[in-house]
This record gives sequence, structure tokens and C-alpha cells, in this order.
Amino acid sequence: MIELQGVNKFFGAFQVLKDISMTVNKGEIVGFLGPNGAGKTTTMRIINGFMPATSGKTIVAGYEVDEKPIEVKRRIGYLPENVSLYNDMTVREYLYFVAEAKRVPRSERQARVAKASRQCAVENVANRLIGSLSRGYRQRVGLAQAIINEPEVLIMDEPTTGLDPVQIIEIRELIKSFAGEHTIILSTHILQEVSAICQRVIIINDGQIVAEDSLKNLTGSSVRGGSLMIRVEGETAQVRQKLASLSGVVSVRDAGKPEEEGVTDLIIAGDKDRDIRRAVAETVVSSGCGLLELRPIRLSLEEIFMQTITKNT
Amino acid sequence: MNFWPVYKKEIRSYFTSPIAYVVMLVFLILTGVFFMVFMSDFNYASMNQSPYESNNLNITYRVVRPLLGNMSVILLFAMPLVTMKPFAEERRTGTMELLFTYPLSDLAILLGKFLAAFTLFLVMLASTLLYVFFMFLYSSPEPGTLISGYLGILLMAAAFISIGLFVSSLTENQIIAAVTTFGALLLFWIIQWTGTNQVLRQLSILEHFNNFAEGIIDTRDIVYYLSFMILWLFVTLRVLESKKWRG
Repeated sequence: MIELQGVNKFFGAFQVLKDISMTVNKGEIVGFLGPNGAGKTTTMRIINGFMPATSGKTIVAGYEVDEKPIEVKRRIGYLPENVSLYNDMTVREYLYFVAEAKRVPRSERQARVAKASRQCAVENVANRLIGSLSRGYRQRVGLAQAIINEPEVLIMDEPTTGLDPVQIIEIRELIKSFAGEHTIILSTHILQEVSAICQRVIIINDGQIVAEDSLKNLTGSSVRGGSLMIRVEGETAQVRQKLASLSGVVSVRDAGKPEEEGVTDLIIAGDKDRDIRRAVAETVVSSGCGLLELRPIRLSLEEIFMQTITKNT
Repeated sequence: MNFWPVYKKEIRSYFTSPIAYVVMLVFLILTGVFFMVFMSDFNYASMNQSPYESNNLNITYRVVRPLLGNMSVILLFAMPLVTMKPFAEERRTGTMELLFTYPLSDLAILLGKFLAAFTLFLVMLASTLLYVFFMFLYSSPEPGTLISGYLGILLMAAAFISIGLFVSSLTENQIIAAVTTFGALLLFWIIQWTGTNQVLRQLSILEHFNNFAEGIIDTRDIVYYLSFMILWLFVTLRVLESKKWRG
């Protein structure tokens, strides 16, 4: 649905994007992750036809952006980072204007405006001036204008910045509800957002794609394999030995000073593809110790993010 | 050419903001005072049976021409206030980003804004037809001069608007846009005083209006205004385009 091939972008002598290539398939929700100034917004602006790339090819919905910008723009909904709307219009007037500008046929305009208002829950403020709305409502109006032409591709630049926690959850739910109908690219530097919404993550830093994978693969969280953390009550010297000799266990070490008295936290590094949970639990209990806690250790997105970014700089 | 939505939006924005009404009001008060002065002067001269005055006791000469001439000068002050907003405001508030991601060509956006400003001007000019009505009611001006005069004003205002939009596309500050447009228009006016150089004289934006006010429709003047307008609209398009690759 979206394809970038070797896209470079210079602002003067400064290279903002360095040979970006990526593909987003139909119906996917892709999280575009990166620190501020990494080139997320620029990439999005190139995809939606706001600015041309210096070199490289961008294809959206089968049309090359440079050659058929109007065709591409008809199939795109865009929510910019700082949603600026016309403050002197009412929500309804504004949505009608956008519907017309996006060439929604006259006969369908009313229905589309009604549908988008309903989806984004702005019906109750339809007759209010946009200038008098709260930040959260403005964001919803921004979303409504993005989806009003029922676009094949939906591009959202940090859709939840500046919202309060309740609004953030609402907007995320809203975005999730768009899944399936639209192909979605969503930029953010908030990692929870990615884990909450996206199926696939593209991490961009300093104008380059540094990682691109499904969320699952990135966090290494195949449910069965991997490392474990256990909290054991009692004398652990013997347990340690037994654990270390279990098949599938690579190493056993202390996890540092425990939070409670008389307990020990151990980290057991296991083979990636073997489930050692049952064996570990049985071993601990049969040696007469109390097993208070056992949980798999997964890399959090934050850790992966920091790793990939620092590795590349 | 899909300029209609932008046109409608701009019209709404003009007529919901006080600026349009203030500009129109000031324009009407000033032209109204001029009309009153010229009319009463004409009236006084008609009653005064001085032999020196009888030669030019003619409403076209006494009222129509000076009124059109003064209207053109007042427009030179008023039009920058009409054209300062369209691009500068969108750039300042950031609404431009969304506008340029809609399936509208740059030309459609520019035309929508141009026609909206021109419409506002037409509304303003239409109210001066009241003066024409009074002239016909109490006297008999030449229709030909009025027609050519109004045609001249229309062309001149289109030229004013195009340079105003160009300046507005360069800045995000409306006051800078208005002042710079005013300066540019004034420059194109006073350029005719720079000497006897024919080339410079021909560049003057008011010089070309004189013929219209005298009832002469000369293709040179029409070509001047149209090419002036197209030049600045074209440059504006280039500016809009360059904003994209410059980021």
C-alpha cells in the first residue's frame, strides 16, 4: 500500500533522511518510532505529498507521489502533529469544507460528515466554533477530517501528544477502531503507544531505519523460551547447583539485592526455544525452598529502543 | 479546477472577521465624502453663472473623473488590508500543512483565494454604484466614461490583489504583508514621477488608469493590468512550490 524506495531528503546541505526504504502492507498498523528530530515527520510529509523527496521513489496506493500527487492525496488522511484547524469555523462547517476539498461527491457529503463525527465522537460539539474547543476535542476533529474521505491510508503524526491520560486512552481506542478499514502509519516517541496499537514497528534514528520488525520479534517474547526470574525463600546454595545442571539452563546468577528479607532473586538464562518453567519450579520446590515468584523476562520496548539507537550512534 | 471549496472558505473567513467590514466602511465613508465634495462643487458652479466656469460645466468632468481618480488612490490604501490575510494567516497558524495535503492543486488554492479577495472588492465597489445612481437621478453623466472607469478600477484592483497575495505568501505576519504590499503599490504609483523615462512611466500602476477615467479603453492599458496580475500570480505559485522543498 505504501512503498518507499531509497528516499533521501535534504534541507539545504543538511540530510534529514538517508536512503529510507520501507513497505507497509494493506490493512497494517505500523508504528513509526524514533526520538525527536529523527525524521519521522519529514517521512510522513513525503508520503502524503506535502513535500517532495530529494531523490527516491514513493508509491502510495499504486500511484507515485511525485507524478500523481492529487490521486495520492485523495486516498490519504493525514493528522499533523500540531493539529491546526480553522478556529473561526464550526466543527460541522469545517468537516463539510474538508469533505468538499477532498472531493467527496456532493450526494455523500452529509453522510460522510455524520459518520466521521459519530466515529470520532464530535457530534455534540458540531455547532461550536473550533477555536472554543478543548485540546482533546480538537484532536478528535483532526481525526475526523483525516478519515472523512474514507482514505485507504491514514497517516498520524504523534496523535496523542498534549492530551491527558483519559483522552490518550480514548484516542488510542479510536485509532484501533480504524484498523482493518485503513492502512495506518502512526508516528510516536511514546513506546506504550506502539505496544498498545501497532502490529509492526519501524524504528528510525538520525534519518535512517535502524530496526524494522513485528512487535513480537522485537521484544523477543516468544511465550515459552527465554530467561526467567525466580524469587526463592530459604537457603539457595543447593538449589542453585541443581538448577544449573538442568538441561536447557545456560546460567544462574543473582539478580541483586532482593526487596524482602530472607529471600533471593535469581535470574536463570535459558535456551531460547525450550520451556524450562516446569522443571525450574519442580526443582525449587523439591529442594525444600519456597517458590514465591516465577516470571519470564522480556525485553521491554524501551530497552530495545535504547539498544538500537545507541548501537547506531 | 477545484478552487470552489477554498473560495467558499475564504469568503466565509472574510465575512466573519471584522476586517472586511471595517475596510468596506472606511472605503465608503471616504468615497462618500469625496462624492459629496465634488457634487456640491459642481452644484455651486452650476448656480454660479460665471462665464469662466461655463466651459466645463459637465458632471463627467467635474464629478465622475475626480471620483474615480480618488477611488483608485483609496483602494491603494485599502486593498493591502484585504490581501494581507490569506496566506500569512494560514502559515502562522499552521493550517497550511493540512490544506496542502488535500487533493487541491496549488493553482486551485491560489485561485480560490484570489477570487475571494476579488469578490470582497466587488461587494465594496458595488456599493459605490449608489453614487452613480444619484448622478443619473439629478444630472446626466456619460455612461461610456462610467463604464470604462469602472472597468479600469476592476482591472487595477485585480492587479493590486495579485501583488498583495504574493507578499502574503512570503510572510507569516499580516502587518508586514500589509505594509509591504502598500509600499510596493505606492512604488508602482510614484515611479511615474521619477522623470521623463518612458519605460518607467509605463510601469506605473496609476498612469494606466488615467485613460480609463477619461473614457478611453486602450488595449495597452488592459494588457498592462492583465500581465501585471498574471506575473504576480505566477510568482506566488513559485513561492508556494518552493516552500515545500525548502521545508
